[in-house]
Amino acid sequence: MQGYLRNDGRKGIRNVVAVAYLVECAHHVAQEIALPYRDRGVHVIGFPGCFPNAYAARIMSELGTHPNVGAVLLVSLGCEGFNRHKLAQAIEASGRPVHTLVIQETGGTRRTIEAGRAWVEQAIERLESCPRAEMHVEELVVGTICGGSDATSGLTANPAVGRAFDLLVDAGATAIFEETGELIGCEQFMAERSITKELAGEIVSSVHKAARYYAAFGHCSFAPGNAEGGLTTIEEKSMGAYSKSGNSRISGLIKPGDVPPRGGLYLLDVVPDGEIRFGFPNIVDNTEIVELIACGSHVILFTTGRGSVVGSALAPVVKVCANPDTYRRLAEDMDVNAGRILEGEAALDAVGREIYDLVLRVAGGEQTASEQLGHQEFILTYKSFEPIGPACLPGAG
Amino acid sequence: MEKGSTRKVRLLRLAPEDNVCAVTATVEAGESLEFEGRQIRFADRVPTGHKVAVVPIAKGEPVRKYGVAIGSATQDIQPGQYVHTHNLKSDYLPTYTLDEQNAYLRS
Repeated sequence: MQGYLRNDGRKGIRNVVAVAYLVECAHHVAQEIALPYRDRGVHVIGFPGCFPNAYAARIMSELGTHPNVGAVLLVSLGCEGFNRHKLAQAIEASGRPVHTLVIQETGGTRRTIEAGRAWVEQAIERLESCPRAEMHVEELVVGTICGGSDATSGLTANPAVGRAFDLLVDAGATAIFEETGELIGCEQFMAERSITKELAGEIVSSVHKAARYYAAFGHCSFAPGNAEGGLTTIEEKSMGAYSKSGNSRISGLIKPGDVPPRGGLYLLDVVPDGEIRFGFPNIVDNTEIVELIACGSHVILFTTGRGSVVGSALAPVVKVCANPDTYRRLAEDMDVNAGRILEGEAALDAVGREIYDLVLRVAGGEQTASEQLGHQEFILTYKSFEPIGPACLPGAG
Repeated sequence: MEKGSTRKVRLLRLAPEDNVCAVTATVEAGESLEFEGRQIRFADRVPTGHKVAVVPIAKGEPVRKYGVAIGSATQDIQPGQYVHTHNLKSDYLPTYTLDEQNAYLRS
């Protein structure tokens, strides 16, 4: 496959112009700037809050310099707390074209939209001549998430993604799974798969942190639809979710914005550190997708039983449908029908291979169902994290 | 769809120590499926992917799937009975549902 070669040496599988609002007050203007170009790889991302947040600043910086992103337009109201100068500097330092429009200085809504569209048009033109470079499987970063899970998720789609993850890791790629709150009860299994004893300890601690965090809310990561779909307890949901990780050794524990240093399987800890401050760890699936992308994921494998339809800004989302009945209703939104496993029409290994092959085709430019349908969801909320400890990435020093 | 054990519905036991199985397609109350050389008669309707008890489970006993406890039985469960929020609860955190029977909503 041919990647888009960025000036910082990273290779992307998409060539996106990101239009980023730095406060909700600039969201409409950013949306209007991007609107005429939504089918031409211009995506809207942003952070809604007016108060500054180190986590949000870091995520926006990682997204602005993401390999799939070629140029960034920042849209600021002018008085918000987000440090637009620092963000612009980080993007500029990566060699990507970046421009900041401040609505209060540009002269309001209409003028900023005009100025923004003019910049976006020349950015699109510039990106058309982005150099291409041969890209190999081992350069790919693939994230996985489950959403709208039901009792079939842990029987078909999740273990099939696990097989695909094993193939990717064997080929030298980087694979990231996440949501420690949905791995409650699986911590000892993950500890046994860790490449060092110290990493095992960190992983167990991260799941215990998640259990404490959710216990404080009196609510686990469990939606009514999960129960309607036949999942009864968080332990059961966890065991199903866990099977997405496959059977490889776990090479590290990362937090949102940490890009794994080399190929292998990594667990992403998405539950905030410290006292409970900003509410539920992840209010919806797309918050986790954004975090997986901020860790460098080029593409996301999304398993669903109930039938989620979401995609994402910046990175293609491959939807693997676990439930054959759901697939029949929502086929247009799905990329892989893993429900065939339940009906005895396909083996787990074969579907795992199918997912692996599809990842390579999507990396080569093939559009996913959610891309074709124009999905570009994005959400970023307040959180706080401590940096990961030295035991989390053995041998990274 | 054909009734009875001639249908291609399977009971999936994910680990040998499991006391519940998942069904590969919806089974209606009164239907029977063969499981490890014996017939299991379904007392309840069990939708695709949902769980059915395959051995007696006493109240308070762990319900096992994937070879691990996924919670505890809140009442005695007989083989062929549907296993879900009405007779199984988490040992960690309560399950929130939209039906008013749920303890989480009542509290």
